Amino acid sequence: MSAETAVDETTRLRVATAWLGGCSGCHMSFLDLDEKLLDLAAMADLVYGPLTDTKEFPPNVDVTLVEGAVTNEDNLELARAVRSNSRYVVSFGDCAVSGNITSLRNSMGDPTELVRRVYVDHPDINGHFPSEVVPALLPHSEPLHEVIPIDVYLPGCPPSAERIWTLLSRLLESLAAGEGIPDLTWRGPEDLRFG
Amino acid sequence: MAGPIDLYDVANAERDARAHFSRRAFVCTSTGCLSAGASAIKQTLADSVTGSDQEQSVQVVPTGCFGLCSRGPLVRVEARGKDPMLYEHVTADIAAEIAGEHLLEGREASADKLSLDLPFFTRQEKVVLSNAGHIDPDRIEDYVGQGGYRALQSAVETMTPEGVVKTIKRSGLRGRGGAGYPTGRKWEFLATAESDEKYVVANGDEGDPGAYMDRTIMETDPHRVLEGLSLAGYATGASQGYIYVRAEYPLAIERLERAIREAKRAKLLGRSVLGSDFRFDIEVRIGAGAFVCGEETALMASIQGERGTPTLRPPYPTERGLWGKPTMIQNVETLANVPMIMERGAEWFASLGTPESKGTKVFALTGSLNNTGLIEVPMGITLREIVEEMGGGIPGGRAFKAAQSGGPSGGCIPAEYLDTPVDYENLQQLGSMMGSGGLVVMDDTVSMPEVARFYMEFCRDESCGKCSPCRVGTVKMHAFLDRICEGVGRKRDLQHLESLCHTVRATSMCGLGQSAPNPVFSTLEHFRDEYLELLVPDETFGGSDARWTAEPERAAATTERGAR
Amino acid sequence: MRPRTGPRPNVPVTIDGVEHQAYEGETLLELARRVGVRIPTLCHLEGLSVYGGCRLCVVEVAGDRRLSPACALEVTAELEVTTQSWDLHEHRRRIVELLFAEGDHVCAFCVSSGSCELQDLATEHDVDHIHYDFAHPDQAVDASHPKYSLDRNRCVLCTRCVRVCDEVEGAHVWDMAMRGSQGRIVAGMDQPWGEVADCTWCGKCVLVCPTGALSFKGRATSEMVHDPDVVAFLAAAREDGEWLDRKADA
Repeated sequence: MSAETAVDETTRLRVATAWLGGCSGCHMSFLDLDEKLLDLAAMADLVYGPLTDTKEFPPNVDVTLVEGAVTNEDNLELARAVRSNSRYVVSFGDCAVSGNITSLRNSMGDPTELVRRVYVDHPDINGHFPSEVVPALLPHSEPLHEVIPIDVYLPGCPPSAERIWTLLSRLLESLAAGEGIPDLTWRGPEDLRFG
Repeated sequence: MAGPIDLYDVANAERDARAHFSRRAFVCTSTGCLSAGASAIKQTLADSVTGSDQEQSVQVVPTGCFGLCSRGPLVRVEARGKDPMLYEHVTADIAAEIAGEHLLEGREASADKLSLDLPFFTRQEKVVLSNAGHIDPDRIEDYVGQGGYRALQSAVETMTPEGVVKTIKRSGLRGRGGAGYPTGRKWEFLATAESDEKYVVANGDEGDPGAYMDRTIMETDPHRVLEGLSLAGYATGASQGYIYVRAEYPLAIERLERAIREAKRAKLLGRSVLGSDFRFDIEVRIGAGAFVCGEETALMASIQGERGTPTLRPPYPTERGLWGKPTMIQNVETLANVPMIMERGAEWFASLGTPESKGTKVFALTGSLNNTGLIEVPMGITLREIVEEMGGGIPGGRAFKAAQSGGPSGGCIPAEYLDTPVDYENLQQLGSMMGSGGLVVMDDTVSMPEVARFYMEFCRDESCGKCSPCRVGTVKMHAFLDRICEGVGRKRDLQHLESLCHTVRATSMCGLGQSAPNPVFSTLEHFRDEYLELLVPDETFGGSDARWTAEPERAAATTERGAR
Repeated sequence: MRPRTGPRPNVPVTIDGVEHQAYEGETLLELARRVGVRIPTLCHLEGLSVYGGCRLCVVEVAGDRRLSPACALEVTAELEVTTQSWDLHEHRRRIVELLFAEGDHVCAFCVSSGSCELQDLATEHDVDHIHYDFAHPDQAVDASHPKYSLDRNRCVLCTRCVRVCDEVEGAHVWDMAMRGSQGRIVAGMDQPWGEVADCTWCGKCVLVCPTGALSFKGRATSEMVHDPDVVAFLAAAREDGEWLDRKADA
């Protein structure tokens, strides 16, 4: 790398995304940023997430967007890792913000019966409770803020690319200038909205 | 009786009849003692006397309540020339002993007795409960014998309705149901309302947990309630009265209905009360298990046969109430004060109590106390006197922690305020309220967050469901309290609980929702440490937490935003 | 909004620092709407009786330490009112959040998403997440009616359906049963809607429902568009013989 294009790793912002109990629609919407992704790349490094190849959640992340409700033990572990290693956590999309579709199972009560019906009773062969690879379901599927403190909420199912950019650009600009979370008055081009 | 009752004749006849008895046994037959076997006790005593050679000189009188309910069933024996004797924890066997020894032979029985010199008894000032334990509630003659219905007769025959209103105003009587609204002023509103039909209602719904003051008044002295309501009708121009009694008081309902029948026969109710132009009828209306129907507009809806939910005020009931007509709703205890005020005068009543809180108050004294039961005390008595002298202190060597007044709408009063004189203003200043009279004493084993949770559960179950902040808010406030009490509450649960309490109090439609947060506020004010100790450690928040602490800069930004 | 006729308005009412003239006896909400001041409402619907249950329209009245519902506050004398303040905004936001947390309000696949007054109120009051646990009730959908569907999980108990059916259609199919958090809207004597003979299939309850609780069958996510103004239209037509401008049909 030549000196002019050398990236100064000490000042570039570190952004991550995480995909918990969600459908990945929020990540698709994120990719919908299209050419804005280049602007994002100019401001920050993407250091973890389904769009990168990093295996472990890294330390010293500035902003993490977390999609999905906390619905199984893996989600819980990752959520806590995200919180411990991130300055700011964004609850990204309706599943993270309010449980949404992932949490519809809560009205059915104990998930054990649900798992039994799906994995034990219905398969034609080899029906059994999954014990390897598939993580155990938590008793309740929870919004993200029930398990970790959250700094910013971004509802939507999914939030539109425009809304994502409104948030991200203001947030990253503010952090790059050495300030904290800016006043996020949601009267921009897209209203704050569930659904 | 063909014509109206002659009160003096009947009173004299009663006195003469009583004078024949050398010994009288009074058996408490209020709900508390009845549920502990008072019926069998009364029967045993009566059977022993009937057919004996003492039949003409010994009388067994079913009565109640004597007040010290925790020592029941209670029997008091009055013998001519001797001090009265109060037997406690009476059983049918002990009753047989009392009958055999004391009633028939004139010797004190060896059964356990209570001293009538206990502060529990001597510190009381009986106004509304002056007949409780002395008369048979099922005999109008007994009530008349004690001077009953003289106030009504005097008012109807010698006073104008305005004169009666003036007397009540001068007495300083305030509503005993909880709010303490000046009674005379309410009467004046109804009296000056112009309408072809007006109603007066006695509120006997008494929903606070542990409160049984009104139940006792209705069970032990139903005619006093009828007389008070009739006087209210006379003073305000109403010709129909209702007594709304909760369905869970079947004995009170039965006694009131019998009393109404007797009063009608005696022409104390009906088209021509005591032969005058005054027309007044009373009907008992029964509730169906909803605390919210103690709220006056919900109560009226219930009387009208509708869903018992509150309606918006204004218009107030004295403008538009039952079936659109001017209506006045008064608590049973408030009305029970009226006959004696009319008889003894406003100045006499105003000489009791404190300058702002005249008269007496009946309290249901319960909880961690040696003596629990019903007391009637002058306003201004200190909490310490009630708890330590009358209540006999805390059992088991434990320490006083707090007293809860006002039930689910009230607050707790910790030990440092024990010397507070009990009256409307002082209790309000301490973050509680007089309420209907329930007074629950708690010792140092009680968890105050659990007390708040208990009252919130009650409010949640009793919410009528009409308004969102109460219907959903009580569920969520209870859920937060539950988390905290179960040891899984986080700091933000406590923050959200407090802010939600403010919203529910400020925006609910009626008193149930408006006061449901009171026990939370009160226990947080005096016992916040207990809540904090139960919380799990929590990581600190980032910026989004700022909203909950209402920082001034953020507040200004939001106000600007909201104004757009 | 139907124009008022008769004597001129002459009761001074100051709203957020600006003085207006009110007709004697009109409600504060009527005045506010007439002069263009926004007060949020949910259970209120012009043409129906006042319910006063949602408590979103509460305002501060000078001299009264209690908040008053604007929908019911009748102007009879001079008043000074505040409709927007930090406290009022917070109270209204919390009430909206409570309503979300009461049922199963999942906008993502709701038939009324985009035409939902609860959703709009959430946006208006900066609701970006719900601070209270969702109740996740398990209320079955009542799809017994040939044309319409009732999902109680989305009901906010505003009782517009109860009032419109009772007061405008005159059938009184709907009412509220039980109390408190057990309260729910029931048809007839708590029967499946399709079995209630009194129902005239007029659809007004569906049109006035503020959320996705009541909808036309055959609508998918975001396809149910309500039309509550139909009540004001009918009231003006019936009572005054006036035909107000109507929006295009849903």
